[in-house]
Order: sequence, then C-alpha cells, then structure tokens
Amino acid sequence: MASLPAFREPRQHLGEKLAALHWPIVALLLLVGAIGYLLLYSAAGGSHAPWAWRHGVRLGVGLGIMLAIAMVDPRVWYRLAYPAYATTLALLVAVELIGAFGKGAQRWLDLGVIQLQPSELMKLALLLALARYFHGLHLDQIKRPLFLVPPVALILVPVLLVLLQPDLGTAVMLAAGGGILLFMAGVRLWKFALAGAAVGLAAPVLWSRLHDYQRQRVFTFLDPESDPLGAGYHIIQSKIALGSGGLWGRGFLHGSQAQLSFLPEKQTDFAFTMLAEETGFAGAALVLVLLLALVLLGVVVAIRAASPFGRLVAIGVTANFALYVVINVAMVTGLIPVVGVPLPLISYGGTAMLTVLIGFGLLLGTDLHRDRTLGRFPGDP
Amino acid sequence: MRHDAERQRSFTRRALVFGGAQVALFGALGARLWRLQVEEGERYRLLADDNRISARLLMPPRGRILDHRGRELAHNIPTYRVRIVREQARDARATLGALSRLITLPEARQAAVLTEVAAVQGFRPVTVRDDLSWDEVARVALHVPDLPGVILDSVDVRAYPHGEALAHVLGYLGPANATDQAEDPDRLLRLPEFRIGRSGIEQAHDRELRGQAGLLRVEVNALGREIRELSRDEPTPGRDLELSLDLDLQRYCFERLSGELAASAVVVETATGAVRALASVPSFAPSVFQGRLHPGLWQELRDNPRTPLVNKCIRGQYPPGSTFKMITALAALEAGVSPTARVGCSGVYGLGNARFHCWKEHGHGSVAMIEAIEQSCDVYFYEMARRVGVDAIAAMGARFGLGQPLGLDLPGELPGLLPTRAWKRQRFNQPWHQGETLVAGIGQGYVLTTPLQLAVMTARMCNGGRAVRPALARDHGAEPPGTVGVPAEHLEIIRKGMRAVVHGGRGTARQATLGLPGVEMGGKTGTSQVKRISRADRQAGRHKRKDRPWHERDHALFVCFAPYDAPRFAVSVIVEHGEGGSRTAAPIARDIMRRALELLPPEAAPALTAQAD
Repeated sequence: MASLPAFREPRQHLGEKLAALHWPIVALLLLVGAIGYLLLYSAAGGSHAPWAWRHGVRLGVGLGIMLAIAMVDPRVWYRLAYPAYATTLALLVAVELIGAFGKGAQRWLDLGVIQLQPSELMKLALLLALARYFHGLHLDQIKRPLFLVPPVALILVPVLLVLLQPDLGTAVMLAAGGGILLFMAGVRLWKFALAGAAVGLAAPVLWSRLHDYQRQRVFTFLDPESDPLGAGYHIIQSKIALGSGGLWGRGFLHGSQAQLSFLPEKQTDFAFTMLAEETGFAGAALVLVLLLALVLLGVVVAIRAASPFGRLVAIGVTANFALYVVINVAMVTGLIPVVGVPLPLISYGGTAMLTVLIGFGLLLGTDLHRDRTLGRFPGDP
Repeated sequence: MRHDAERQRSFTRRALVFGGAQVALFGALGARLWRLQVEEGERYRLLADDNRISARLLMPPRGRILDHRGRELAHNIPTYRVRIVREQARDARATLGALSRLITLPEARQAAVLTEVAAVQGFRPVTVRDDLSWDEVARVALHVPDLPGVILDSVDVRAYPHGEALAHVLGYLGPANATDQAEDPDRLLRLPEFRIGRSGIEQAHDRELRGQAGLLRVEVNALGREIRELSRDEPTPGRDLELSLDLDLQRYCFERLSGELAASAVVVETATGAVRALASVPSFAPSVFQGRLHPGLWQELRDNPRTPLVNKCIRGQYPPGSTFKMITALAALEAGVSPTARVGCSGVYGLGNARFHCWKEHGHGSVAMIEAIEQSCDVYFYEMARRVGVDAIAAMGARFGLGQPLGLDLPGELPGLLPTRAWKRQRFNQPWHQGETLVAGIGQGYVLTTPLQLAVMTARMCNGGRAVRPALARDHGAEPPGTVGVPAEHLEIIRKGMRAVVHGGRGTARQATLGLPGVEMGGKTGTSQVKRISRADRQAGRHKRKDRPWHERDHALFVCFAPYDAPRFAVSVIVEHGEGGSRTAAPIARDIMRRALELLPPEAAPALTAQAD
C-alpha cells in the first residue's frame, strides 16, 4: 500500500470549515429528526417517555458525531476503508458464530453500553471499500470484467452473511447499495442486465433457502386479506391508518389507529404510517419532499466532488439513505413486502440513525473537502 | 487527466440518472399516498372507525309481574358477586387466597379461577363467586380497598317470592338460544346475560316485560380495552305487568288443592273472563330452572306420573263427564225439546243390542230437564243425545268455548276435543256409531276438556250468554265479547238445574252449599271414567271398588258459579283420579268459591269491568 498523498491545499482552520459546511443539509437533517421527535411523542400518547426524549438525545449525539466526522480529511477515510471493511466483516462473522452457538437469529453484538449491529455498519464499510477500490481504477479498467470480481466479492460476502442471520431487509439494502455504487463507478449497463438474469435464475434456489417467516411475508404481501388477524394484520392496519388520515390528517395525537394500538410497530418501522394518519397526505408528502431534498442535495454534493473516492462516497451515502426511505415507505403503503426497514431519523431506533448520520458526516466531509482530488496513488493499479 | 474528465462526465451523467430515478421513485410513493389517503380515504376512514368503536348493549331491568292489587309476583333482586381483574390485582393467586379467608372459596374453585384469569385479557373481569351471602358481602366490602383488582358488584336475578303456587302461571326464564335469536331480531337477545321467558306469563308477555336494550358506544384499542365512552343510550326498562290474578286467592287454591295428589282449579270473572286464580298441583319450585339444572331432579320432575311440570289448567285434557250435560241439554232445547218433557230412567238405556247404564243402578224414575241436571241422570241425557245427534252437541259445546284454545295469555293451551262424525271419519276412517253419541252426551268417550274451558263454559252459561274469553294480563283481549247465541230462557233452565244440584232436595252436591247467608250457588258435578268399564267388571262390581290402582280411578270434577242471583265467579275443579265429583271436587270448589267471594267483594268488580269495556 502506498503512502498518504501530500496535501495540495493548505490546512483549514476549524472555524473556516464550520462556516463552509453545507448547512442546508444539516438543517434538513435536524428538521426531519425533530419531526421524528414529535411523532414519537405522539406515539407514546403525548409523552416524552419512553421514545421521544431518547430519540432526541440520539439525534443530538448523532449530529455531533456527524459534524465531527465532516471535519476529518477524507484521506483518513480513504486510508481506513479496507481496514474498516475487514473489521466489520469480522464482526459480522462473529455475530454469525455467536448466533450459531446461541439460539435463533442474532443480529447484534452486545457491547454492554450499546448494542452494535454490524450489518448496519457494513453499509458504510462496504461503500467506503468500493469507493476506494474504484477510486484507483481507470475507466478502461472498470470496463474489463476481471476488475469486477473484487468489488462483486466485496458486496456478496456481507450480503450472504446478513442473509444467513437472517435479515432480508438489510441484505437487500446492502446488495442494492453495492449495485448502485457499481453503476455510479461506471460499470456497463449490460453487465447489470446479466447480473439480473443470474439473480432471476438463482431465485428458485434462493426461495428454497428463505426462512418460513420470510416466505410468509411475501405471501402476505401478495394477498394481505387472506389472513387479516395473522400475518396480514400489519399491512391491512397500516393501510387503514394511512387511508384514514385523508388529506389533512386526523390531528396530532389523534390518529385512532396508532393511538389505540391497532397499528403495530408504530414507533419503529411504521412510524411513517402514523405520520400519515395524524398529518394526512399533506404532512406525509411534505416529509417526502424534505427527504427527497436531502437525496437531491446529496447527488449535487457527489457531482461537485473532485475525487472519484469522494464522489462515490457521497453518492453511496445518498443511495443508502434513499434506499431506507423508499423501501420503508413502499413497505408501509403496501407496495412491497414488510421487510423491517426503518425510516431513518424518524423511526425509533439507534443503529439506523447512527448509520445515516455517520454517512452524512462522510458526505458533508466530502463536500467540505470537495476540491481535493486525493490524487492517483502510485501503488494502485 | 483526460481519463479523469471523461470519468467525471460519466459519473455526472449517471448521478443525474440516479437523481432522476429518485425523483421518479419519490413521486411514485407520493402518488401511492394520494391514492390511499385522498382517493380511498373515505373507505379507510370507515374501516378505522370500525376498528375503533365498539358498541355494547346495556341490559334493561325486566318488568315486574304484579297481581291485580299491585302485589309482586315476580321481581328482580340483586345478587352480589366478586370478580377479579388480573392487571389490577398484582398477584391473582395471593388475592384469591385473601378472598378465601373472607368468603367460602374451595381450592378447586380457586384453581379454576386462576386458569380463567390467565386465559383472558388482563383487563377483563373474571367471576370468582356469585350469590354471596350478606355476611360475605359485608366482609368483602370491608376489605375491597386492600384488595386491588377485586370488584364487588351485583347482577339482577329473577325472583318468584310465592314459589310453587305461581310457578305454572308465571313460568321461568332461560338464556336465549340460536332459535330465539333467529326468530326475534331484538338485539337484546344477543346479550349473554339476557334471559328470555321460557313458559307462562314470562313467555307470553316477554316483549312487554323485557324492555329495550340501551347502547353504549365506547372507543376501544386493539386489545379491546375500553378507552372512553363516546355515547350512551340508556336502556328502557321493561314494563310492569299487572295480572287479574288475586295473590291470596291463588295461594288459597294452591293450598286447598295440595291435599290431593294431582288437581287443578280455575276461577274466572263471569262478566269479563278475567282469571282470578289458576292453580295446578303438584307444582315445582321455580328455582329449579335458575342456574344449573340438576339432571336427577329434572328427570324426576319429567317422569313423575302426577306431571308437576304441566299446567293442568290449560294442558290437562279430561273427559268432562256430567259437567258436559248442560251442553247436551242446551243442544236439546235448541232442537225443540221441551224442558218439561219427561224421560223414564230405569237405570239402563237400550240401544239395539247395547245397554247403557245410568250411574244410579236402579234408575231415577221419570225426570224432566232440571231434575235430570240436579240428579245427573245419565239415561235422560242418553235420550237427549240420541235425539239431537253428536254434531249438534259439538256445535253447542264450541259456542261455549270447548274444543278450542281460548286464547288465554299463557303459552301451550291445549284445545280439548269435541268429536263429530266428520272428525271420526277423518281421524279413524270409521263411521260414527250412535252409541258413541250417547256416550258423548254425558261427556265421556272422545270428549275432552281442560279445566280452563270448563270454567269459561260455566261463566258463559251464567253471564247471560256473553262469549267471554279468559285473560290473565289486564289489557289482554280487551275487545267486547260476542254472544253464544242461546236464548235467555234456555240459559235460565240450565241455571235452575245447576242451582238444584247444590240446593235441590236430590242435588248431587247438596253438601257443597257455600254457607254464606243469602248467597246461593249453581254447580254441576262430574265423574269421568278413565278406564272403560267392561261388562265383566260391572257384573263383578269392580267398577265401584275402592282398591283400583290410583291411575285407573275416575276423575272428580265440579263446575260452579255464584252468587246465583248475580253471578260473579265461575270455578272449575278437577281432581285427577279423585273418584267422585260430588264427594271430592265439589267441597274444594265450594271452599274456593267462598274464599273468592270473601277476598274479592263485589265493590271491587266495577273497576275490572270498566277496564274490560
């Protein structure tokens, strides 16, 4: 591995960096997180406990971490990309082993203070590793199939490990996130078509490997009314809650489906449903617009970045965030099966929020140091 | 650098494609939301309300049943019960243990309660014990503040304070079954604690008594827990129902009959048909049908040959015997027979080769109609029956309410039977024999009547021929009665004959005078055969022997009305297998009549008449 490239630009002061920060993104993140706080306040029937205040604390801590990460020079992340990937992969394997010796599905490592979910960290580690890999490649090299073997392996190994956990939602997100990064790196479209065809052929095999509850989710998604009190209950109640919100909603704290517990998981995966019930189409569409604004700002940041590494990290973070939103909202509106993906910054739950905010830290850092090309490293292929 | 520039252009292109794709995806999600929330919002709003709002029916209190003076015959009394709510009682087992020191609570019951408590949702109360004694209520009430999750409350239970004496009239209540619910759309029937009238007045007047369900709309959560009350329509209590029955007279009748193995008595107002007493012996304790029915007891009640479960007043069908002779006499009068025409009785009546015996072995000699009724001469009525034919007798009987249900407001009234030629042909596909006419003429053979019919028949004979109908509830069948269509002078002959039965020198019920100064009574005895007397029996004298088994002995009947000058009440008494109308039934009927006249002096009458008009 090569030595760190020399800085082209002079070192900036912290104050200058803060001033140059992409504040609109920070403001949007804060706004969406605050909406999440209000929603969790309502989910508890008008109480800060047990969810809202902890959400607020996590949001504050997360935003702090994000800003701290944004201050760090991207070359640090460039250098840490492979070690981070390797560490996270080891953690995934560790979780897998503990799960094998323990009982049932194991998704996190209990570190005492926090429960670490390596599959969430892997979303970031994977995009850093892919970004680093493609940063050093020529466009001609990218076009050669042989050069696609390492990144595809980088994607498939964690995807398979997560599938084994089993966590369909995260596996889908990892695969999709990795795929988007390959696309952004310049991999030819026909190769995606080929991969799609391969997945299509592998689908029957994959289906046979799915757990019963995962298959049940697919069945239930295809016909929720077939089992209204059982597996279909989530989707039906979610649609009722959404629909009954109407154009203007039933009022803050007045969504009967959520307040009366008909809506399951209202504080986590189905938080968007509750939002749509209480604030109607108007509120739900507004939040969608805010989230889309974040995505589009992320795309702009990616386009503006000078280095391929920065571009890929920024677009990867953005894609990861967009995947969360699209999968979650599509899930609660009954467009796709219930796969257990939260809505970042709004759903209650620490890991997803932390992943997203760390990701935005990288993105903001990229934007802050967007003029740095990182150079081409002599030792890289 | 060329590569870099090209690479950057490629990235930018693809990033824009990505951004465009995101706009499209978010747009699709927005469109989906629009469809669910705005286009289909109404439908989902209704579904959400379906989820949210739970309607609960509220039980109305059942109306009381009162006698004509307003005394309670059936009412509701609260019984106290203890219930437990799991989520409020932190430790159900300990709570039950504490309760078991206050009330009788066997280990087995505690275990059953714990099982049920564990099975239901935490906020649903489970009954620990009901029917608590006052002492237990007091002890639990004292300790309720220290026993979280313990509820002491009361439920209404139907009470019949006069027990057996009114069991047949009042009937009883039972849970509504699927058939009831199919026949009656009233939502009250779907309430598990609702009880529907299963017989008697409780069944006949169930709709007035039950009231109307109230409706409580509550907001519930997904677990069914009530969050708050949205609206409440109070239930409409059931109407109190006043009967024409006189409680004292009813109890007197029941006690007076209780000396017999199986008997019944009916007292009606002659002017209106209002029933003043309706007693059937033996009876049953109404509590038998409350709570869990003991199978052994049920079996015993059902198989008892004295039929305690049957209201004999309306469901006992007996040959009327000589009490039917007035009908035969009226049919003869209508056919033009002179009341003074005499018939010779030698104790036996020949028809072809057959011989028909009079109850008096050596005959009554020459008798006219009034004497024939007074002495109950069978031969006279054989002759009358032969002259007018069975169809005329049946037609006359029908005009006096026989052979048909009279529409009393009690379920299960049986019609009795007035045989005709057509009936026999249809029933047995056999021709009618004249001998059967003779037998029918003295109220034997196929003829069947109920005690209620005999009382109503007597009332119609002495009230000037008004075709009154019997009723128990005050406002039941209030339309003015028609007429039986018999000339007053014919009825007067019958009345005279019936007076002679009690007051005549040779009357069959001479010992049954009322003993009230200036009050005379008209009556008629009847003794109806249960077992046909064969020629061999007669020759052996077995038909008079006292050692016949109970169920083969003759029924004893008596019908009467009083006072003779202004008839107020008609009474019929039937003692099953009581052997002699004059000896067994007449004294009972006399006592009942006397008691009725004492308990219900004439000044009470106008009120009822006014009500009926």
